[in-house]
Amino acid sequence: MSLILFIEQLLNGLQFGLMLFLMAAGLTLVFGVMGLINLAHGSLYMVGAFACAGVATATGSFWLGLVAALAAAAAAGALVELVVIRRLYTRDHLDQVLATFALILIFSEGTRWLFGSFPLYLSVPPLLSGAVTLPGGIEYSLYRLALIGAGLGVAGGLCWLISGTRIGIQIRAGEADRQMIAALGVDIGRLYTLVFALGAALAGLAGALVGTIQSVQVGMGEPVLILAFVVIVIGGIGSIKGALVGALLVGLTDTLGRVLLPEAFGLFMEPAAATAVGSSLASMAIYVLMAGVLIWRPSGLFGEAPA
Amino acid sequence: MRKTLTTLAALALATAATAEPVKVGMITTLSGGGAGLGIDVRDGFMLALKQAEGNEIELIVEDDQRKPEVAVQLADKMIQSEKVDVLTGIIWSNLAMAVVPAATAQGKFYLSPNAGPSALAGKGCSPLYFNVAWQNDNLHEAAGAYANTAGLANSFIMAPNYPAGQDALTGYKRMYEGAVADEVYTQLGQTDYAAEIAQIRASGADSVFFFLPGGMGISFMKQYAESGVDIPLLGPAFSFDQVILQAVGDAALGVKNTSQWSKDIDNATNAAFVESFEAEYGRLPSLYASQGFDTANLLLSAAATAPVSDAAAFQAALEAAEFDSTRGDFAFGPNHHPIQDIYVREVIKEGEVLTNMIVGTALEDHADAYAAECSF
Repeated sequence: MSLILFIEQLLNGLQFGLMLFLMAAGLTLVFGVMGLINLAHGSLYMVGAFACAGVATATGSFWLGLVAALAAAAAAGALVELVVIRRLYTRDHLDQVLATFALILIFSEGTRWLFGSFPLYLSVPPLLSGAVTLPGGIEYSLYRLALIGAGLGVAGGLCWLISGTRIGIQIRAGEADRQMIAALGVDIGRLYTLVFALGAALAGLAGALVGTIQSVQVGMGEPVLILAFVVIVIGGIGSIKGALVGALLVGLTDTLGRVLLPEAFGLFMEPAAATAVGSSLASMAIYVLMAGVLIWRPSGLFGEAPA
Repeated sequence: MRKTLTTLAALALATAATAEPVKVGMITTLSGGGAGLGIDVRDGFMLALKQAEGNEIELIVEDDQRKPEVAVQLADKMIQSEKVDVLTGIIWSNLAMAVVPAATAQGKFYLSPNAGPSALAGKGCSPLYFNVAWQNDNLHEAAGAYANTAGLANSFIMAPNYPAGQDALTGYKRMYEGAVADEVYTQLGQTDYAAEIAQIRASGADSVFFFLPGGMGISFMKQYAESGVDIPLLGPAFSFDQVILQAVGDAALGVKNTSQWSKDIDNATNAAFVESFEAEYGRLPSLYASQGFDTANLLLSAAATAPVSDAAAFQAALEAAEFDSTRGDFAFGPNHHPIQDIYVREVIKEGEVLTNMIVGTALEDHADAYAAECSF
């Protein structure tokens, strides 16, 4: 494998990881601050993609679609928090899983009812379409470069929000001791709705950005949700930094595994068998990574060890 | 969801004296990923029933949600409590494998409007099982044959890592005579193909053959178009049906694909089918819709000549395939799978709508590779 191809695959892994981070960040915030397992996070990803596709088709502008995706996902998140999730904070995790699983079904059938069973059309805006040549002669999709930029931007913004603003202080305090910050006069209900809507907006943004180069269809969120759970388990539940590191690890492991494992087996097996074995192992690679991390650090890379 | 459609003898006196009611159970995918395929098959099937005045077909449609265990339950219910004579409708090969052998063992006819796993064409064939669409390998074999005539000599080939994906690459390599630049299995349901596209770019191939049905194909083609790689694509029609093309957009223009049906096959039945389907449902038919339509017409032709209670006579009437197919010539081989022409199509734009146009014939009167293993 040439160096250029390897660097291209590194970029692919980085881009995949950053998009996973957008999903995982919301999930880990909600879990860390509210102690809630939200299986419906994938549905918010789908809401973002459908809102973007619907508005982009109606107005002809991808950028308006992107704004609509953020707004629709945040609104859906806030609504879900106010109507359903609010009643679940004091329940145990089984009730939360059941209720949010029901939300998946409601979102899926609702979307099918509104948009139909056929995939929607959403394409890259002309400004970002095509490929560019990077220094070193690597040809790379401009849109994927933009995704890397957007992912890094959001990661930076989140870090600033969590560590440098008043809201961030309240979020971190809420993670540490929710009774105490309520006693200090912070409106904990409003804070929860805000955090939930923020997480939903990030998922919706990921849905719109990724849906542009994938198939916008009902049920698109659930495979990503599973990966996002792997990410937050690796990174440590509740940690934004952990989500970022975990997402990049998963992205790079998955992408490089898919490429390198079949080649490695090709060194001592016939090509067809090496491809089949290598591909099968590559699909396990991230779960092996997760198991390895959990053996080494049971609460994840940046998780707090249970007291 | 449950729909009972009873089209009772409006013109019963006009039909042949042998006609007796036939009860048909359709198990197909109407929700979840891949619902578009089942909806097309169902709509094509119902259109044919609607157009056949005076038929006595009673149709029950149920949704299998693309889950084998649901399909098995529905089949049991239809056979035991609904007492259907004929089953049809299954889209996916793994569901067909779960339902068909048990149904034919209980003496029910099964007419497949889509799935054609090799196991049911070869050693596992049954005199009561008829496939109206194709054996799974056929369209991939046609793509291999087309690659030879187009002078392609170095293909990069790619499919998901599951049985139908492995059959696809096997089918392509059965006919294709050139070199294989690289052979890649992707994950089933994969949505990001950046790593594979980078491999394609580095492979030095002169063509890319891929089998990625449904959303996988949409994702791959959109990402391929953005990557700047310009090696020509080639694939079976499953990634280029009417639904997928609208979601992919202009990225699919000019791509060659192989199919046993196309809306521009030149015969009166097909022209009438395309026109009436569009009038009825407000969209262009896909190959799946044509398969549903042909399946219903085959059933109607058999029901008009033999009573379903006489299994031997009904089977002979099905074997004769005395109906006007949207594909023109249509005949069953000894294992009850089609012997048919398979065309090469190119994705074009008609006004604002992307669709396919026939540009050649890849294989004429093609039968499947498993017929010799079948003995009733």
